[in-house]
Amino acid sequence: MPPIFGVLFDGVAYGMLLFLLSVGLSVTLGMMNFVNLAHCSFAMIGGYVTVTLMNHLGWPFFATLPAAFVAAAAVSVLLERVFFRRFYQASDLQQCLLTIGIVFVSIAAAAYVYGTDQQPVQLPGFLRGSIHFAGLNFAVYRLFLIVMALIITGVLVVTLEMTRFGAQVRAAVNNQRMARGLGIDVDVLFAITFALGSGLAGLGGALAIDLVGLDPSFAFTYLIYVLIVVSVGGLGSIGGSLAAAMLLGVSDIAGKYYVPALGSILIYLVMTVLIMLRPAGIFGRR
Amino acid sequence: MSSASIAEPRDYLQAQMRWRWGEIVFWLATLLPFFVVPDYLLLASQVAIAALFVLSLDLILGFAGIVSLGHAAYFGTGAYTAGLISKWGWGEPLTGLLAAALAAGLFGYVTSFIVARFRHLPLIMITLGIGLLLQETANSASWLTGGFDGLQGIHTWPILGRFRFDLYGYTAYGYALAALFVIFLGARRLIHSPFGLALRGIRDNSQRMRAIGAATHSHIRTIYTIAAMIAGAAGAILAQTTETVSLEVLGFQRSADVLVMLILGGSGRLYGGLLGAVVYMVARDQFSGLNPQYWYFWIGLLLIAVVVVLPNGLLGGLSLLTRRVEARS
Repeated sequence: MPPIFGVLFDGVAYGMLLFLLSVGLSVTLGMMNFVNLAHCSFAMIGGYVTVTLMNHLGWPFFATLPAAFVAAAAVSVLLERVFFRRFYQASDLQQCLLTIGIVFVSIAAAAYVYGTDQQPVQLPGFLRGSIHFAGLNFAVYRLFLIVMALIITGVLVVTLEMTRFGAQVRAAVNNQRMARGLGIDVDVLFAITFALGSGLAGLGGALAIDLVGLDPSFAFTYLIYVLIVVSVGGLGSIGGSLAAAMLLGVSDIAGKYYVPALGSILIYLVMTVLIMLRPAGIFGRR
Repeated sequence: MSSASIAEPRDYLQAQMRWRWGEIVFWLATLLPFFVVPDYLLLASQVAIAALFVLSLDLILGFAGIVSLGHAAYFGTGAYTAGLISKWGWGEPLTGLLAAALAAGLFGYVTSFIVARFRHLPLIMITLGIGLLLQETANSASWLTGGFDGLQGIHTWPILGRFRFDLYGYTAYGYALAALFVIFLGARRLIHSPFGLALRGIRDNSQRMRAIGAATHSHIRTIYTIAAMIAGAAGAILAQTTETVSLEVLGFQRSADVLVMLILGGSGRLYGGLLGAVVYMVARDQFSGLNPQYWYFWIGLLLIAVVVVLPNGLLGGLSLLTRRVEARS
């Protein structure tokens, strides 16, 4: 198949993964202005839960995905209640430092328990290999990833746009003080959103293993990608995050395929320039 | 006319500038490693380099309120400049140091036009982006930088033609300490000047500063350039004393480390960063002897503890304690 389609397909699949990893941060950052650099540590928890359940307890792959979601959500809520909630009024710097501290601890803890090697994961047979369609080759797992991310996006959009909970979240992202004034319990709302967002990151971490691997440095490596998606896409915007994640995924794969000598320069350059031109993100309003 | 309770600004600044006993004791104590722990002079020179780097971050973060996650960009620029000059056949350390500081300062000046325009999350992201961009560029330009293998073939000549760099680090520590002291004096003078006061005003409320007519953007550009020069000098000393430069000098890890040191010691207080560098580097040396892999676990815990318990760092906690004791007596 012509390389351009392959690059696009891989890029979209990669972008979908980045979207899953980052959408939660986008919403919580928009709502509370809390700079949570530990977001990818939650994703890493999801990944390690899946690895443990599959390789040591023999769970099937699909059963581990909800477990990854729940585990990441539970840990994040615990941290939110114990640490983060005290820092909503603190400066960006203090929030950064607190969460970087958590990233350091999570990386060292993962290295202690699992070692620094890449973790293997054995996918079920029907997710391996590739299918031919219209003369093109599609890797099944990537198709699965894209479909999965599209379903989740659909659920997210419906939840945010159609439900009472979603309306409250949008109100709180738009204007937190006004939302409080209208009697919305923003703290509880935030805790729930935070748990859901981290859960999605955990799910993303579990799904990422086959595509990009899993080792303790995951929490740092993908943090940078997630921050790019969030700050380019604009805070609290699902559409913006999706578009930014696609852009990042496709241009990263394309850059590595067509101009491998440049490495990640292209990505960082695009990000820095975009933020300079649109500090609030492509679709950001603030 | 000023009232009796509010002193003349000039008097205030002069009072701030007076040397205190604690400071003199601190600088005398920096000579102790020569006599007390001569086996650890190489570590001491690493501490002095880190302290210089922290000092440069303190100038922009502690005094001007510019949060940077990519400060290693300037450290690395200085390190590579000094390394390359030496590799190309000019190993004289002092001129190499100056050239490295100028190169880093130039890069700082160029980027300061971007940095001065942003605050909050966009600023953090842009500084991070600049750091990553430079590291990737250095990685790709392996014909110049040696890429992943690092820069080989650096040879530093004796300082002033007399002091040869020895195996035990006598010269290395003396050199790093002298540079730290001289630059510290400059920084101390700078922040106790009207310009230093203006910076603190920008940190605390930049809009109000603009309203009273301060040129906030040009102030930020100036201090950012100065900080970049100091960071470059620190990088140059590292390159000259270790005679090697690796990509790690530009890494995010280094930017994060220096931030941790500054926060640990207490930002915006000159000595905070120095204290933080000493505690951090010595602790890392001790802990990595026990289990190198898990060093970051302790650093992470330390960071969380400092942010939760001592938001103003060790020095901030110390001054709070002394004030409480004084209030009681």
